[in-house]
Amino acid sequence: METVFTRTPTFKDCPTHYCPGCGHGIAHRLIAETIDELDIRDRTIGIAPVGCAVLAYDYLDVDMIEVAHGRAPAVATGMKRTNPDKIIFSYQGDGDLAAIGTAEIIHAAHRGEQITVIFINNAVFGMTGGQMAPTTVLGQITATTPQGREAAGEGFPLQVSELLALLPGAIYVERCALSGAAGIRKTKKAIKHAFELQVGGAQGFSLVELLSPCPVYWRMTPAESMEWIEKEMTKVFPLGRLKG
Amino acid sequence: MSERVLMCGNEALAEAAIIAGCDAYFGYPITPQNEIPAYMSRRMPEEGRVFVQSESELAAISMVFGASATGKRTMTSSSSPGISLMQEGISYLAGAELPAVVVNVMRGGPGLGNIGPSQCDYFQATRGGGHGDYRTIVFGPSSVQELVDCMPLAFDLADQYRMTVVVLADGILGQMMEPIVLEKKPGRELPPKDWALTGAKGREQNIVRSLWLPEGSLEKHNNKLQAKYEQVQKNEVLCEQYEVDDAEIVVVAYGVAARVVRAAVNKARENRIKAGWIRPITLWPFPTEQISKAADEFRIFLTVEMSNGQMVEDVKLAVAGKAPVLLHGRPGGGVPTVDEILDKIKQLSIPTKS
Amino acid sequence: MTANGFYEEIIIAGFGGQGIMLTGRLLAQTAMEAGKEVTYMPSYGAEVRGGTANCMVVLANEPIACPVVGRPDSLIVMNKASLNKFAPRLKTGGLLIMNSSLIDTEPQLDDSIEIITVPADELAVELGSPKSANMVALGAYLQKRGHLTPDAAAQALPDVLAKRYHKTLPVNAEALRRGAEFAKACCTSRAKKQ
Ligand code: SF4
Repeated sequence: METVFTRTPTFKDCPTHYCPGCGHGIAHRLIAETIDELDIRDRTIGIAPVGCAVLAYDYLDVDMIEVAHGRAPAVATGMKRTNPDKIIFSYQGDGDLAAIGTAEIIHAAHRGEQITVIFINNAVFGMTGGQMAPTTVLGQITATTPQGREAAGEGFPLQVSELLALLPGAIYVERCALSGAAGIRKTKKAIKHAFELQVGGAQGFSLVELLSPCPVYWRMTPAESMEWIEKEMTKVFPLGRLKG
Repeated sequence: MSERVLMCGNEALAEAAIIAGCDAYFGYPITPQNEIPAYMSRRMPEEGRVFVQSESELAAISMVFGASATGKRTMTSSSSPGISLMQEGISYLAGAELPAVVVNVMRGGPGLGNIGPSQCDYFQATRGGGHGDYRTIVFGPSSVQELVDCMPLAFDLADQYRMTVVVLADGILGQMMEPIVLEKKPGRELPPKDWALTGAKGREQNIVRSLWLPEGSLEKHNNKLQAKYEQVQKNEVLCEQYEVDDAEIVVVAYGVAARVVRAAVNKARENRIKAGWIRPITLWPFPTEQISKAADEFRIFLTVEMSNGQMVEDVKLAVAGKAPVLLHGRPGGGVPTVDEILDKIKQLSIPTKS
Repeated sequence: MTANGFYEEIIIAGFGGQGIMLTGRLLAQTAMEAGKEVTYMPSYGAEVRGGTANCMVVLANEPIACPVVGRPDSLIVMNKASLNKFAPRLKTGGLLIMNSSLIDTEPQLDDSIEIITVPADELAVELGSPKSANMVALGAYLQKRGHLTPDAAAQALPDVLAKRYHKTLPVNAEALRRGAEFAKACCTSRAKKQ
């Protein structure tokens, strides 16, 4: 029988705590595969966010740190500046990166820090119970937008990647979706490219945004979630390369 | 190397940090410590080391967090309002047991306050400052030379105990120039940083964390921290005292206030008043034992602070009701004068009917 | 003054561009090189906005209590605003060095205070170096107090003056001496009245 799936060594062989149908597990696997393919495990340092992925170090078998909410890009700056030979990546959700950590992400990109950021956008705060995120789409019902998000008073969904792509310090910004086999293949390519840039010493900041399903707080089945990403989320967050 | 040079406190402590092997400085401008980032921006690249002007104090302390996690010697500096912002990071440093040196060149508060010299962040520094059950080692130097001398020790203690060490200066100490000698002295023998994130080459992954979810695990972690703090308390108290043995009045002060106290006590002795002083050099761990011992015989304790009374609470805890403890406080940028303290000493030395 | 005899607190004040900070640093450097205890404290931050500048220097033979000077023994003022601000703080028996080129009023001070009026800007212009008025005033101060010589200050000058100004060393040394000579020759304005 043909082997269709082999575990990549950097992805630990243990069950994750994520909900069924969650995108985090897939994103972790793609990062682990990239690290193994580029053979950089012994010089990679990962940064886990505050959010559902706070325990990412339980699944990714590289040196890792867990940091204050939103501060990952600043922590990454401290690491990379003092260790230019190491590969530094941060893994951040939309609360972490697009709400509390906007200053840190913008300025890390602005300074052109040579780090790789994986940005998980699932349009909701997962860990704290499904509250509105800056990336929540209009009309979306969350714990803190019971009538659905309204532009007046709650603002439009924040397109952080578009903002970051404007900065000269950012050399590569791409948005992908963790939906369907094709989407996941594209995502893998993008993640790998972002890491390759850093490995090759490219002078600047790279970020890959992943539209990622959160079936629990979207109140959908995993299959409906995939469809919602493709039909609704991509309208507000169009896929593709924004920079580089 | 051992000639006397005239330097302001801010630049002198920065150079002392470089001599002590600081690999990276991260900071955000705020008066009255702007000479530190300015100096570092020139000197660190000269030494092939790292200087980054961050976008905020939150970011600065997070950069320190990152660099420290990789095993580097790193520091930041700020002044009171900026240090408030850094408390988040300092709490995480404590939880993750990462070494760091944080210089606070204090100014008047609360709020934006003013840029005058002050000692109003004593509570914040000696009680941890941020959320959670933790401590930081705190130095309260009183001259530019002492500021210079405490920098290498601050880095050594930070590495030895995997803690944040706060150097608590003030606007005067940061801005004033005094003759100093800058020398590299041998440091402490330090444990290897086998916990550092360096890439998991030929070993299992290292994880730096402050989250402890399984039941009982955080309590265990806190007790481990506590055991460490007790070691610090036992071994690292620094304190200076003068003419305490026969003193009827003991003045307790640290930092710039202690310089003024020293002169006032000298004058009091010229006036045949039996006065002495105790000067804590480490504010945490506090010289509780030294003060308690002094209180075994009846004397009056006078605390002089550039605040409305913060260290006085530690003095009271140390004296533990054995003697009266009074306060002479000057908040909001006020600096006590020699005559003012001398008057206070004189008042206290007049025998009163009980 | 203390038991050891020597404890001198000085305020130097003027407006930005008059070289006030440099004057204070030079005094401090000179004192340090002469083996004295010394502190130098600049005005900083918002205080220096609006064009005023002042610094405080303490010289002593013993550890210095506080670099912040409330009541100076000596005051060097280079403009009128500084005179108005600091002259009332002078200690009884204090010394006032006043730049008469920019100050046309006679301060109302207690009789114990010695006042030296030095046309510092004019003297500096005569030397062909209008920017050296600060050095003229410092020279006058050093002459009056006598604890450090103008030549010692001239020798310390390269240590505080940025390299790119080192071509001005000779004329500044000259200005220090000129101020000292002037102070030696002139009587105090108060003495003139008597
Ligand atoms: S709450 Fe949402 S993001 Fe969090 S683990 Fe569950 S599905 Fe994933």
